Order: sequence, then structure tokens, then C-alpha cells
Amino acid sequence: MSDSLVQARGLRKRFGEFEAVRGIDIDVRAGEVFGFLGPNGAGKSSTMRMIACVSPRSDGELQVLGMDPDVDGPQIRARLGVVPQQDNLDVELSVRDNLHVYGRYFGMSRAAVRVKATELLDFVQLTDRADDPVEQLSGGMKRRLTIARSLVNDPELMLLDEPTTGLDPQARHLLWDRLFRLKQHGATLIITTHYMDEAEQLCDRLVVMDGGLIVAEGSPQELITRYSTREVLELRFPPGAEASWPETLRDLADRVEQLPDRLLLYAADGEAVLAAAHRRGVQPTSTLVRRSTLEDVFLRLTGRSLVH
Amino acid sequence: MTGESMMLPDRKPVLAGWAAVFRVVEGLWTWYSRNWRATVVSSVLQPLLMLVAFGIGFGSLIATSTRAAQATGGVPYLVYLAPALLAVSAVQTAAFESSYPILSSFKWRRTYEGITATPITPGQLAVGQLTWIALRLIMSGGAYLLVIMLFGVVRGPGVLAAWGFAVLCGMAFSAPLVAFSAAQEQEGGAFTAIFRFVVLPMTLFSGTFFPISQLPRVVQPLAWISPLWHGTELARGAVLGTLQPVAAASHLGYLVVLLMVGVQLTRWQFGVRLTR
Repeated sequence: MSDSLVQARGLRKRFGEFEAVRGIDIDVRAGEVFGFLGPNGAGKSSTMRMIACVSPRSDGELQVLGMDPDVDGPQIRARLGVVPQQDNLDVELSVRDNLHVYGRYFGMSRAAVRVKATELLDFVQLTDRADDPVEQLSGGMKRRLTIARSLVNDPELMLLDEPTTGLDPQARHLLWDRLFRLKQHGATLIITTHYMDEAEQLCDRLVVMDGGLIVAEGSPQELITRYSTREVLELRFPPGAEASWPETLRDLADRVEQLPDRLLLYAADGEAVLAAAHRRGVQPTSTLVRRSTLEDVFLRLTGRSLVH
Repeated sequence: MTGESMMLPDRKPVLAGWAAVFRVVEGLWTWYSRNWRATVVSSVLQPLLMLVAFGIGFGSLIATSTRAAQATGGVPYLVYLAPALLAVSAVQTAAFESSYPILSSFKWRRTYEGITATPITPGQLAVGQLTWIALRLIMSGGAYLLVIMLFGVVRGPGVLAAWGFAVLCGMAFSAPLVAFSAAQEQEGGAFTAIFRFVVLPMTLFSGTFFPISQLPRVVQPLAWISPLWHGTELARGAVLGTLQPVAAASHLGYLVVLLMVGVQLTRWQFGVRLTR
């Protein structure tokens, strides 16, 4: 038995004819934030549901907290904290009632649940909304309450499925801040996301998933170093004008990607490439030199962009 | 909050089966205790209206009819009707509680998904949900009993037995319906059909308002499969003191079998839907 909290070998999930997860290996170590990055339909949520012991695996090996989900599902779930992709709070109950009721499902005493709820409401900054019905909360507040609810049993491992999808930037940052706090306290988190900035912000280590397979694995920085250049030059052209330029510019950069609205030139020194492009008479409507991100890694690995 | 308190693992053993079921019931009770007002209308007002309209209004119309007296075995129509309405009310409450709220908990509110992310299993959730519906039937049946007491219809301890039979009858209908509801993927259009083509005819032709012997002979077997007819026979027989042991045992047997089959189907269907 390894010291991994989650260990999968050749893990598969089939739904009838469709295979959502097509044989993946993962190891999640205690104290790290582990990410699944990929577009919708990559198999991230199916994998999360297998780890959460609510969806039996179709094939392969899986151990969570050293136990087999097929055998010890309830024992494992007792030690997990789950934040599902879609909120499933009871919107007709108050904020505090949601925590009370949920804690009781874990077998906690009423007294313990009361203490815990007060502590968690403080942690997610919802103390002043404790007695309001959940349906009056904003999307970001509901998300924070879902995170508080997932902590009610002091979980050893937290599973967050697209925790900030659908939130405005301010709400996302507030949520990330809370997740950072958990990470600092030594929590082990598994996160799925299709936002590269979220993955870069939060994850110590991540796997890029596409079509039910893992296509790359490493820390955000490792992945960028391995699959992209240090900098990227973005050139925008008037509609219809960009098609003729890639051939002219191809030898200037390590790699050129053509997107519907712009050209991406990958190089160690973006400014130098831009100067060279100008010398060749290229006249884009706008230019941008930036550092490579996981978005570029994803584009390189799959030939598609992550967020449309 | 400190890191220490957050990361202390919860080493408590997982709840035993019955205790987990109880926690599910407790969760549903918490919801009900905050939202019970809407249910008062259906569980008290509706039987009250039925009693007034049929028991008193219609009853006075047929009070002097010899044929009516023959059909009711000579008891006043209100007394004939009251225990049957107890069973009708149980079935109607069961129909309501076992349809949209179940689908909603899977599909819109998604609360079942939240519950089964905890140590609670889909099977425990299923049994807890059914247990809760049984408690609701006991409560609304009790409210109904208070109403008929006000009418002065109550006759002795047979009423308490009738209360139990009505709850059993309601559950014999509820359990298969919950299993059906748990299998619905769409917006619940099938429920309209259930209410129209199952609940309503069952209410009209299960011996509530008149004995099924008054029905055309070819239609009578339809009443025999209706749990409401069996419940009505038991509830009315208990109140009027006309229950025969063999008949009572067969009515009870039918309802218990229906309930058991329904419970197993519900547990199975919850498992299928919540572990995909």
C-alpha cells in the first residue's frame, strides 16, 4: 500500500457504449492540491464521481484513503468532503440548517454539529446570513456554503468539481482565497476545472485530460516549460486578413498556432519576434506579448483551445 | 478556525443501517418543520370538504332511500363514508408525497445527490424517504381523525385500527409510486397521467362512496387490484365492527405484499439512479 490518498491504475468508466474514462493512472499525495484540467466531456467529473464513491468503476484499480470504494464506500465517504459541480443545497432551508442537517448524515451529535456550523460559517464569511433561506444567497455565497458543508465532517480529502464555474471574477477570487486557506492548513484537495487560471492559481500538480485520457502530468510550471515556450506573441488581424500570414512568419517562432481571431507565435523572446515581424511588413491591428499559460499547453497537446 | 481542528480526522464509525435511516427521516422532518403550512390545506381541509359535501350534503339526499340503506348495511351515510375517506385521504397524500417531491429531489433540488455523498447509502435513503412518507400519513390521518371526531362520527377503538389500515393502504400505494417516480427522467408529465388515470378512478371506484357490488360485474376486478379498495374494506370494517377474519387477512396480505414489492423496487431504483 502506497502513501497516496487516491491511487488509480487503468481506471475506466463506461456508460453503455460510451467510454467516459479510458484507462487512467493517478496518485494523489497527502497535503497537495491535485487538479484535473480539461474541456467539458474530458472525463473529469466521471473520475471525480468514482473517487467520491458514488459511481462504481467499470474497470481498473482504485483505492481511496487506502480502501476500495466497491467494498468500503460508506467508510470512505465518511472521510471525504464533496463540492459537486451543481449546487445541491436545500434552498428552502436556512444557511445554518443546511449545515446542521448535513452534519447529522455523518452521524455527528447535535451539539457537535452546532459548534462546527458556527465555526464554518465564520470561515466562509456567511455568519451574518446564517438564518436566511439559501434561495436568497448569490451564486458565490451558495458556493461558499457548499464548501462549508463539505467541511462539516473534518474531511481528510476534499473533492471539488468545477468549484468556480459560473461565478463572477470577484466571487471566484473570494472562493480561491478560502481554498488557499484550506491548503495552508494542510488539506488535500482534488479539483477539476476548465479554467487554466484556476489550475495555475491552486494546483501543485495536475493532469491534463482529453477524451477520457490523461495527456500530460506535472506542476503547472513543469507543464509550461515542457510543452510551451517562455513567451507568446499574439497578433490580431482584421477579419479575413490573417490567413495569408502564417507562412511568412513560421520561421520566426518555435511554433505558430492559428486561432479564428488571432495568430499565436511561441518563442523565448516575444518582443524580438514582434520586431522581426514588423520588419517583414506584417501589420496586425493589435499585438500582445505574454508569458505562456496552461491554455497554451492545452492547445499544444490537443490542438484545441480550452475555453471557447 | 484553526488548522488543527479542521484536519482532525473524524474517526467515528459509520452509522448502523437503522440509525442512518433515522438520520434521513430527521433531515426530511427538518424540512417539513420549516415548510409544513402548505400541507395543512390538503391534509385537513380536503377531507373536511369531502365530509361536508358527500357525508352531509349527499348523505341527507339519500337518508330516506331504502336501496341506499341496504348498500350501507343500515348505518348512516356519514358513518359509512367517514372511515373510507380516511383511506382515500391517505392514498391522496401518498400520491402527492410520492410523485413530484421524489423526482424533484433527484432532478431539480438534487438533495438526494447531496445525501448519498455522505456515508448514507441509496438504499438507506430510499427506506428513510418511505418511512418519512409513512409518518406524514400517520400525521395527516391523525388530523383527519380529529375532524371526524368533531362530526361525532367516531365509534370506539375501531377507529384506531382504521387509522393504521389507512396508513398501510397509503403506503402500499406510495412505495410502488416512489419507485416509479425515481425512474422518471423527464419533467414529470407521467404524473399527470397517474393522477388522472390511476388516483382519480381509484378514488371513485374503490367502494368509498358505494359498495363495489354496485359496479358492473366486468369492472369489479379493477377494484380488486386497487389498494384503496382493500384499505377501505379494512378501515370501514374496523369502524363498523363487521370485519371477517378471512377477508381481513386477505386484504391485509394484499396490501403488505404490495408494500414489500414497492419497498424493494424503490431501494433498487434509488441504487440505480444514484450510482451511475
